[in-house]
Amino acid sequence: MGWYLGRRVLQAIPVFLGATFLLYLMVFLLPGDPIAAMCGERGCAPAVETALRARYHLDQPFLTQYLLYLKGLLTGDMGVAYSGRAITEVIATAYPVTIKLALMAMAFETIFGVAAGLVAGLRRGGIFDGTVLVLSLLVIALPTFVIGFVAQFVVGVQLGWLPTTVGANQSFMALLMPAMVLAGVSLAYVLRLTRTSVSENASADYVRTATAKGLTRSRVVGVHILRNSLIPVVTFVGADLGVLMGGAIVTEGIFSVPGVGNTLYMAILKGEGPTVVSMVTLLVIVFIVTNILVDVLYALIDPRIRYV
Amino acid sequence: MSETATGRQPHFVAPVEETPLNAVDSLNEAAPPTSLWAEAWHKLRRQPMFIISALLVVLILVVVLFPQWFSSINPLVADGENCRLANSLAPPSPGHIFGYDKQGCDVFAQVIYGARPSVLVGVLTVILTLVVGGALGALAGYYGRWLDAVISRTSEIFYAVPLVLAAIVLLSAFRARGGVGLIGVVLVMGAFGWPQMCRITRGAVLAVRNADFVKASTALGVSRGRILLRHVLPNSAASMIVTATVSLGTYIVAEATLSFLGVGLPRAMHSWGMQIGDAKDWLRQSPEVLFYPAGALAITVLAFIMMGDAVRDALDPKARG
Repeated sequence: MGWYLGRRVLQAIPVFLGATFLLYLMVFLLPGDPIAAMCGERGCAPAVETALRARYHLDQPFLTQYLLYLKGLLTGDMGVAYSGRAITEVIATAYPVTIKLALMAMAFETIFGVAAGLVAGLRRGGIFDGTVLVLSLLVIALPTFVIGFVAQFVVGVQLGWLPTTVGANQSFMALLMPAMVLAGVSLAYVLRLTRTSVSENASADYVRTATAKGLTRSRVVGVHILRNSLIPVVTFVGADLGVLMGGAIVTEGIFSVPGVGNTLYMAILKGEGPTVVSMVTLLVIVFIVTNILVDVLYALIDPRIRYV
Repeated sequence: MSETATGRQPHFVAPVEETPLNAVDSLNEAAPPTSLWAEAWHKLRRQPMFIISALLVVLILVVVLFPQWFSSINPLVADGENCRLANSLAPPSPGHIFGYDKQGCDVFAQVIYGARPSVLVGVLTVILTLVVGGALGALAGYYGRWLDAVISRTSEIFYAVPLVLAAIVLLSAFRARGGVGLIGVVLVMGAFGWPQMCRITRGAVLAVRNADFVKASTALGVSRGRILLRHVLPNSAASMIVTATVSLGTYIVAEATLSFLGVGLPRAMHSWGMQIGDAKDWLRQSPEVLFYPAGALAITVLAFIMMGDAVRDALDPKARG
């Protein structure tokens, strides 16, 4: 297990380097001259401008800039945003909200997706199965922003059950609706994955054996069917954490959540290269780490998988 | 029974014509073997789900190709007749069944003409990922070794950056430099969409690479390139096509999201995403203006996903009965 983990971490390093380089390259293309924008209409004195360019390493060639950035990243210094705030500080205010939101969404999609998928998979072809399948297809087919606006309008404005926006009030209740909207599409995928894999496993030989040796139905379903059906689900949910955090751009915009998505979108619009790279880099790290965790989780769920 | 109860048990052998053996014997051995695809097609023809979704897809393609057959108003031409502010958010009237939007433009015409950019972006992106991801995945899976390592690691790098996020960053960079057209959006989405197709193709090629018919071709002296093109790829096409149909829907939704955020297609193209983005500001006054383009989008995506699902079920050897 230790060897396997070490190998996976080593394999992740080139992916991380490549992804940050790719991001840096893309952001290098970002429009406008930030120094000119900082100086405004009248322009700065040439000396000030030169000093500013040197401070953000903008006078260096691209590759040097990237290496300097990497060095900063490894030493925990992400540099300074063009607004003058340290980027680590920007991240420290934005990430907790988004992580809370993403974890709530993940809990939501896992609990409801697996539960509904299990019931649908055990009674394949029934009324519940049919209804749930059609509903899940609808959720997949509708863009998140449509679901978001309609939910905000119906639940928030017309019914008044939940707060319409989040803003400074980041309580559980305020984040509930954005988390549900964020989880929507993934919930549909989790449900479909669980359903397929449960209905496949339900007719497996070991399930028949378990029933034949007199185990109760709940034990057969809970231990034998469900545990074996969870592998594709775990893969999906694990890879989904990064997607949820990245995909929060739209959801956070609709419900004005002051998280990563909103900050990132503003930074992209303003052409704040360093902020954009740092925030997306962190998302990539989350993605890579969760992928490794998922592989480790396999061994815990499926006794047939052993890493040496 | 009663007649034989006293006597010996009669030894009854059913005539061959009445036994199930007959069906086995009647198999026409000379008939050409049906291919995977012919078998799938045979099954698909009686699937209501497939027929409905296929009809929907055909209808959507007709709307994309000939929008003028469905609407006499062309919202892409500004001739002063199309939009009248006097009609702002007016309810449906004869000839304008979906009513009007905030600018007094006919919503039905916009929904019809919005199909072309939305579907075109999806289809072109899928073709791009099929060509790039398919070719790279096939090479990686078939030749293996260092080529596989290089291609797989590269695809992992692109896979680690979320599609919509990468597209927002790149497209907003291009937008400030004059913006991109439809092809630009397709290229950007394709650049971050190919790894998925690459993985699927690689897996499918790996699965058939060591099949007996490949070994037979090698023994017959067929060149490696020819084996890949004539034997391995056609047998891996099933999972590629299923992935393509399902991801087509994903790309249409992604384009709508990008256009909704204002970094996607040029405004003049009036894709569904843009229409939804415009309508959301007036959701409280007239929610139906948002529902029509959103509904059209949902039906289109649904049709493609359902078709992909049906084709997968038909091709799946496990589900064969």
